[in-house]
Amino acid sequence: MAEPYAESPLATYTDVLERSSVRGQLRIAEEPFLAQVTVRVDPKSPAAERVGTALGGMLPNQSGEVVLAGDLTVLWLGPDEWLVVGPEGRDRDVQERVTAALDGEHGAVVDVSANRTVLSVTGPRARDLLNKGCALDLHPRAFESNRCAQTMLARAGVILVRRDAEAPSFWLLVRSSFARYLADWLVDAAEEYRSGGGEP
Amino acid sequence: MMLIPCPWCGPRNEIEFHYGGQADVRCPADPQAVSDEDWATFLFFRDNPKGVFTERWSHVAGCRRWFTVRRDTDSNRVLPSEGTQQARTVTT
Repeated sequence: MAEPYAESPLATYTDVLERSSVRGQLRIAEEPFLAQVTVRVDPKSPAAERVGTALGGMLPNQSGEVVLAGDLTVLWLGPDEWLVVGPEGRDRDVQERVTAALDGEHGAVVDVSANRTVLSVTGPRARDLLNKGCALDLHPRAFESNRCAQTMLARAGVILVRRDAEAPSFWLLVRSSFARYLADWLVDAAEEYRSGGGEP
Repeated sequence: MMLIPCPWCGPRNEIEFHYGGQADVRCPADPQAVSDEDWATFLFFRDNPKGVFTERWSHVAGCRRWFTVRRDTDSNRVLPSEGTQQARTVTT
């Protein structure tokens, strides 16, 4: 029997992304295989509260809100739709816990881990880079830490998450089939910073 | 480029949206009782005003919700809603 294995959409891009990173300025890397589970449930129902409890933090109810619950990140995708992102291998556990919390009430829990891959863009230049292809105002005043937005980056649909711990840091959740296009675009857009484009 | 106010995500570029045509087109309650002409009017005929038009938009590249916008088709200006179209979830 064949051994099951996984290859991330950007498995061949590790070196390319590494080379396009600029020390202290910008780092682009893939974070492959993160667990992703879509949850849909009526936000006003008791089931939504139970799902929140099961995940260890209430489901965010504001547009673009992100809730951190332990090693899980819950993104607001719509008024009755969320995406739970966790470390590799957590998908089944999350799926089972949320399904149990729904307890037969109207809702949906779908493992979409293979749907998107995650690109992390970090460093003082990250915002400049992303704003070359994204119309949203990414200044911390308008798009603060732990906010997410679904939008277009270089004409590709992405979920943009601001994660800032110390340096500015973004996650781009992009569909697997768009990942290589977006990586190519990022590498091209980051070219000017490699040739010493001055201080940020 | 138009800036369209999504009731959930706020103003976003037009390219993130899909157009859904005239709003409030109601399916006849009893299709069998409707004359062919009235049925054809329901199916195929839409207003096409030069001026204020109430229309459906879907934020396909964002939250994927449908909502209603009043727009002046002449100036492309989006007008404030009448307050009757509240943002609603699918399940409520």
